[in-house]
Amino acid sequence: MSETTDIDMLRYCRSQTGRHIMLLVRSPSEVINPLLFFLLVVILFPLGLGPDPEQLSVLAPGILWVVALLANLMICMRLFVDDFEDGSLEQLAMARVPLAIAVLPQLVAAWLASGLLLSLVSPLFGLMLGLPMDVTPVLVASLLMGTAIMLLLGAVGSALTVGVQRGGILLALLILPLYVPVLIAGTRALNEALYGGDPYVALALLGAGVTGGLILAPLAIAAGLRVSLEL
Amino acid sequence: MWRIVHQFGSPPWVYRFCDRVIPWLLPITVAALLTGSVWGLLFAPTDYKQGDSYRIIYIHVPAAVVALAGYYVMALAGLVSLVWRVKLADTAMRAAAPIGAAYTAIALITGAIWGKPTWGAWWVWDARITSMLILFFLYVGVIALFEAYENKTVAARACAILSLVGTVNIPIIYKSVDWWYSLHQPASIKFTGSSAIDASMLYPLLGMIITFYALFALLMMLNLKQSLTEEYAQSAWLNKRLTA
Repeated sequence: MSETTDIDMLRYCRSQTGRHIMLLVRSPSEVINPLLFFLLVVILFPLGLGPDPEQLSVLAPGILWVVALLANLMICMRLFVDDFEDGSLEQLAMARVPLAIAVLPQLVAAWLASGLLLSLVSPLFGLMLGLPMDVTPVLVASLLMGTAIMLLLGAVGSALTVGVQRGGILLALLILPLYVPVLIAGTRALNEALYGGDPYVALALLGAGVTGGLILAPLAIAAGLRVSLEL
Repeated sequence: MWRIVHQFGSPPWVYRFCDRVIPWLLPITVAALLTGSVWGLLFAPTDYKQGDSYRIIYIHVPAAVVALAGYYVMALAGLVSLVWRVKLADTAMRAAAPIGAAYTAIALITGAIWGKPTWGAWWVWDARITSMLILFFLYVGVIALFEAYENKTVAARACAILSLVGTVNIPIIYKSVDWWYSLHQPASIKFTGSSAIDASMLYPLLGMIITFYALFALLMMLNLKQSLTEEYAQSAWLNKRLTA
């Protein structure tokens, strides 16, 4: 039996990423529903708070970030469920590719379908809430990185609760406290940009979060999946 | 030295150890709790700014200190359980979680009671209060995850992973909340104006902190004994011990 080489792993990751993207393309509702959720909840805020554009633009960073966080939570709830139920996760755990690496393709696909899309449409929601155009780059950049961190953290919670009946609320309880730093850094970046400050400190911290998360989270995800599979 | 370490992995030995320590620890903790409370509540000098309301510090600060330490006790037990598969560490982790949550709740509630006369509000979004609230939810998460699994061995492994993830995140959460607070600094709060705490107030406080640690250890041992009794209800050593 030959050792798994780096080339094998790369090839594996590429084909698996393709597979997961294909799965998402074939079931577009899973991609579109979180976006619709994002839009609907954003609409609820002006209806609840009143249409005053000045007040809305003050609240916009917080609203956008909290809603992005909730949309992310929805995605994390579904993340491993299908693969757990049809047994592919078990196969994945027994494959020669280390589980911590084997889960990466799915995370990449999930982020492309959620975080990336959400960040790209977020300027539209920013406009609806009266956010000035010139903070749009900061909004998109902070959401791009923030959604990646939240997905990595959420995947840890998802891995731990996938075997539990009705794990959805439990997942929220487990990972929302962990989202706090992301929320703080993300809204801080936006507020600094809005009031003429320096958003780069907060953005750099988000970048550090992505890097640290990419290194540590897969290990925790793999350990969590092993627990859920009772291996 | 390793023998001592190994003994802590053996349920009969730990059960006997708890049985031996509790009769000593219980009266000492109760006495220290009474002494510290009376000292702090009656004999420590009155604060010139806050009057007598500051006296809740003798409950509030020790509870807050031990609440955070309790999380690390739990996470350490989780690490031992994950790495060396010591079953007793699972039990210890489960025993620590509700006690830590209770300490955090005490710190939050006494903080609210203290906040009303000094800050004029039950709840203020202060950095430390917010961090404590998040710590409370981290504890609750571990307890809820444990309850969610049918198989308690699996549950313990899941909780161990979660508490380790929490351990990595706690410093980040605390730092970020501090940072968040410095942006939103409300002007109404200027309560740590006085710099150092006077010795006549400090000694009872230190005494209470140590007492709260002792209380944590005591509650943990009682909890551990209870869990061991449930887990090993069928085993010979426990029956022999209980009937002896």
